[in-house]
Amino acid sequence: MLSEREKERITEEALLHEYPRAAVSEALLIVQESRGWVPDEAIVEVAGLLGMSTEEVEAVATFYELIFRKPVGRHVILVCDSVSCWITGEEAILSHLQRRLGIGLGGTTPDGEFTLLPAGCLGACDAGPAMMIDGKLYDTLTPERADGILAEYGMGADAQTSHG
Amino acid sequence: MKTFTPATARAGAIHLTIDGRRYDVDAEGKNLLHVCLSLGLNLPYFCWHPALHSVGACRQCAVKLFKDETDTKGRIIMSCMTPVTDGMRLSIEDPEARMFRGQVTEWLMVNHPHDCPICDEGGECHLQDMVVMTGHAYRRYRFTKRTHRNQDLGPFINHEMNRCIQCYRCIRFYRDYAGGTDLEAMGAHDDVYFGRQTDGTLENEFSGNLVEVCPTGVFTDKTLKMHYARKWDLQTAPSLCVHCAVGCNTIPGERYGALRRVRTRYNGEVNGYFLCDRGRYGYEFVNGGRRLRQPLVRTGDSLQPAAAADAVSRVGAAVSRATGSGASAIGIGSPRASLETNYALRSLVGPANFYLGVSDRHLAILRLMTRVLREGPAPIASVRHAARSDAVLVLGEDVWNTAPILALNLRQASSNAPAAAAMKQKKLNAWDDAAVRGAIRHEKGPFFIASVEATRLDEVARECHRLSPSDIAALGFATAHEIDASAPAPAGLSEPIQAAAQRIAAALKAAEHPLVVSGAGLAAPEVIQAAANVARALKKAGRDARIGLVFPEANSFGASLLAAGGLDDAGRVLAAHGGRVLLVAENDLFRQMAPESARSLLASAGHVVAVDHTTQATTEAAEIVLPSCTYAESSGSMVSSEGRAQRYFSVFPPLEPAQSAWRWFDEIAVRAGKKAAAWKGLDEVIRAMTQEFPELRGVRDAAPGADYRLNGSRVPRKSIRESGRTAVTANVSLHEPPPARDPDSPLAYTMEGASIGAPASLNARFWSPGWNSDQSVSKFQVEVSGQLIGGDPGVRLFEPPAQEAGMYFPPSPADQPARDGMLMLVPRYHVFGSEELSSLAPGIASRTSPSSISLSRAECEKRGLREGDRARVTVDGAEATEMAVLIREMPEGTASIAPGVPGTPVLPLPAWAGVTLASVAAEAER
Ligand code: SF4
Ligand code: SF4
Ligand code: FES
Ligand code: FES
Repeated sequence: MLSEREKERITEEALLHEYPRAAVSEALLIVQESRGWVPDEAIVEVAGLLGMSTEEVEAVATFYELIFRKPVGRHVILVCDSVSCWITGEEAILSHLQRRLGIGLGGTTPDGEFTLLPAGCLGACDAGPAMMIDGKLYDTLTPERADGILAEYGMGADAQTSHG
Repeated sequence: MKTFTPATARAGAIHLTIDGRRYDVDAEGKNLLHVCLSLGLNLPYFCWHPALHSVGACRQCAVKLFKDETDTKGRIIMSCMTPVTDGMRLSIEDPEARMFRGQVTEWLMVNHPHDCPICDEGGECHLQDMVVMTGHAYRRYRFTKRTHRNQDLGPFINHEMNRCIQCYRCIRFYRDYAGGTDLEAMGAHDDVYFGRQTDGTLENEFSGNLVEVCPTGVFTDKTLKMHYARKWDLQTAPSLCVHCAVGCNTIPGERYGALRRVRTRYNGEVNGYFLCDRGRYGYEFVNGGRRLRQPLVRTGDSLQPAAAADAVSRVGAAVSRATGSGASAIGIGSPRASLETNYALRSLVGPANFYLGVSDRHLAILRLMTRVLREGPAPIASVRHAARSDAVLVLGEDVWNTAPILALNLRQASSNAPAAAAMKQKKLNAWDDAAVRGAIRHEKGPFFIASVEATRLDEVARECHRLSPSDIAALGFATAHEIDASAPAPAGLSEPIQAAAQRIAAALKAAEHPLVVSGAGLAAPEVIQAAANVARALKKAGRDARIGLVFPEANSFGASLLAAGGLDDAGRVLAAHGGRVLLVAENDLFRQMAPESARSLLASAGHVVAVDHTTQATTEAAEIVLPSCTYAESSGSMVSSEGRAQRYFSVFPPLEPAQSAWRWFDEIAVRAGKKAAAWKGLDEVIRAMTQEFPELRGVRDAAPGADYRLNGSRVPRKSIRESGRTAVTANVSLHEPPPARDPDSPLAYTMEGASIGAPASLNARFWSPGWNSDQSVSKFQVEVSGQLIGGDPGVRLFEPPAQEAGMYFPPSPADQPARDGMLMLVPRYHVFGSEELSSLAPGIASRTSPSSISLSRAECEKRGLREGDRARVTVDGAEATEMAVLIREMPEGTASIAPGVPGTPVLPLPAWAGVTLASVAAEAER
């Protein structure tokens, strides 16, 4: 399942540590980098490469919420639902996004473009509400601004209807 | 009953005030939860476990701590994470502390289903107990609960994840304590899952302890589930595990004449809080279809049921004729039978005619080990000693597979030295588990293993040496010589062995409580002698050294003390004078010697009488078969590897006409006119035996005799809550039958009478008001994890003589020259499959790997063998056998097979063997 390149990178990463297993989160990120998520088979292979049991790798993989154990859309939207953002209107943003995308939290649009997830603080507490798409931060959101941002990621105005 | 707190103030003791009452305790360095429980106070907890210590995760053990008398506010602290100090003032009953604990219970219960009535843990559930104890028995939460999918975890453990309260005990036991890697905590927040990555058998050999460690019904006993009964409905008795020579203490439970399960019976010196899976799940043989229930007498080719009286009088007549003829009857005893059974057979046939049913070679090993322990180069290590040792040398024994609970404790011992260093450096308390483990990290203590192939303890060892048996011995002899120059040095040592011996010697010498472990596993006398020398050298060097030798079967040690010889001897005697009467006690000779030898031994006897509880090859070949009892339906004594005489008591009465094997032999003796009257009970057998064998005197004191009474009555085997007492036999008769009599013990098959206050050796269950789970054990201990009140059961029979008398063993002569193209074949044991009785349990059988031979990669390549091939194994004179090939890291010139595992031939190991590729099929597949 893992490509030669992935295996090489994981092995290199393991060499940087006294104990290969210390590289496990890096290894999972390497897997996720090209696929967007970490499939079951990859857990087994990472375990083999690092001399761990599959349970040990799975424990790490499922602990971090940004390691995805299910397929996600091409773009992952993280909406902050922590205190500052909540005070500044997170709920309105979230429900707007859900409506626009036609999915709930944890869902992926049927065209496989977007996955919507909650996040506990994105470090933009002074400028809430905030969200992050594919690692890029957007703050002081309003529903209109959010629409504009979604459009940057290829979400047309008519897409809304197609998603119901 | 508690003795942890003497009433009077003593100097040096720690004074503390709990809820206005003053206590003086010897508890230096202990935490407050430990202290409170040791004092017998009721304080709830979850994440703390007496063997796993504190992590401070659940917040259930909160108490109020006050600065001084004037402080009325106080503050909430976690008792399990707070070291006790002199003058402390605390309150368990403080309203705020109570409220805090109630809240903890409430949030732990948020996701917990309300399914106690259908939960196997119900009635012995720590969570139930704690919920009641905190007083938070009503739920306000009315939303959806998080649910999980359960996994199939194999034959032993049932999984019901919804009941989890995230205490993390399971993985702390399974992963940290027992070294398992296939159980983890997955996920995060309020959605943590304790399980495997996918469905599948939990591989660790101690997995069954999860059933007791988990405070809820997540992990429960799957074998119990198949014939479930509540704890309070199980008839129980103090018993022993019969599946190896560690002698773990158990509490088997019965209902409706079937054994339902086995639980741990805490013994501070032996097994502590745990059992291995062989010991916990081997019990199913007791209910198995292979049980013998009737006397059988041969007519032609088949064995036909017969009346007990007829069978006994036939045997009695034959024995008396034999005595008259001058060719008296021969008795073959058993390493898995009680001392009493072996002794009764010996008394029947006479001391000179009693042989132990193991090969002469095997008996010689047992005698060598006995000699070593009797001479006492160092005192024998109990399991507790082993767990406390700070340097360990294991010579040749695969302890994980031959003495599992000892291995589990050695695993903990391996971190003693690094833990002590870390604690000193970082000022940590021993019970601060996460901190201590974090500080040790990958540090390995002075733990050394010399073995033929890899063992499961290797991962905790600082050095592992893969050596042939003679090199293992050489390493041992050299180590002894390095410690004490007057210990003889072996000749012709290789450079690496010499260097290793120096390192090991230095490490053992630097320790305060070093331990040497070896045993019968390799069947190599020189290895045992080498271990004895190391122990002696350490002792001479002034160390508090201990020695542990692993005996092969539950009562190998005890039975060998009674025997005049071994099986080959018996065979010679039988052959020399044909037509004798042969009586075999609870032993399958076909497991002890090659089939043709066993057949010819049996054929050379005129009459073969086999007594056993289970059909096996020898009973099938016998002329007369008498049904005896398993440990569950009889009482008796055994001697463990520690030389500890221990008593087990019948859990339920035998189904007539089955009776203890010793009773059959005694009846035969009376019938044959060798004895005027039968023994009335076990105590009389023990009295006769200990008179003849003063060395066994401790057997008598291992437990009170049958005339012991607690407040005037016998100690009940049933709980006061047992249900259906007047109805269980209503299908037979509406009249309630009187309880069965028990002439062998002071226990009764009833619920009447008090059990609290009985000596620990008579304790049939751990239960205390408010404490229905096994956690009630703290109410029975002098101090948490200390001795049981009144002393841990069992009596050690061997202590080193006051006058140091023994001498060093001379090193064995250099190895026999290797035989061209042949391999030194040694035995390899497995928790699952090597032992006869447990292998009859379906769960154990399903965990047994097929018969195999392991070789080094180099040896495989020489023979063109690959992993998974079939190899043909030939040993002088024996038929060739086919086995699967395993490639293992082991010295060239050696190979191993698994005795006892179905398909493995009985061979006199160690032996030279030829190994070749067996099947052309394997070739063709390539
Ligand atoms: S499964 Fe049992 S032992 Fe493990 S965390 Fe849950 S409640 Fe605790
Ligand atoms: S270690 Fe031995 S005595 Fe203890 S439970 Fe296991 S098989 Fe039984
Ligand atoms: S609370 Fe939303 S970014 Fe910190
Ligand atoms: S028992 Fe003390 S915090 Fe869990």
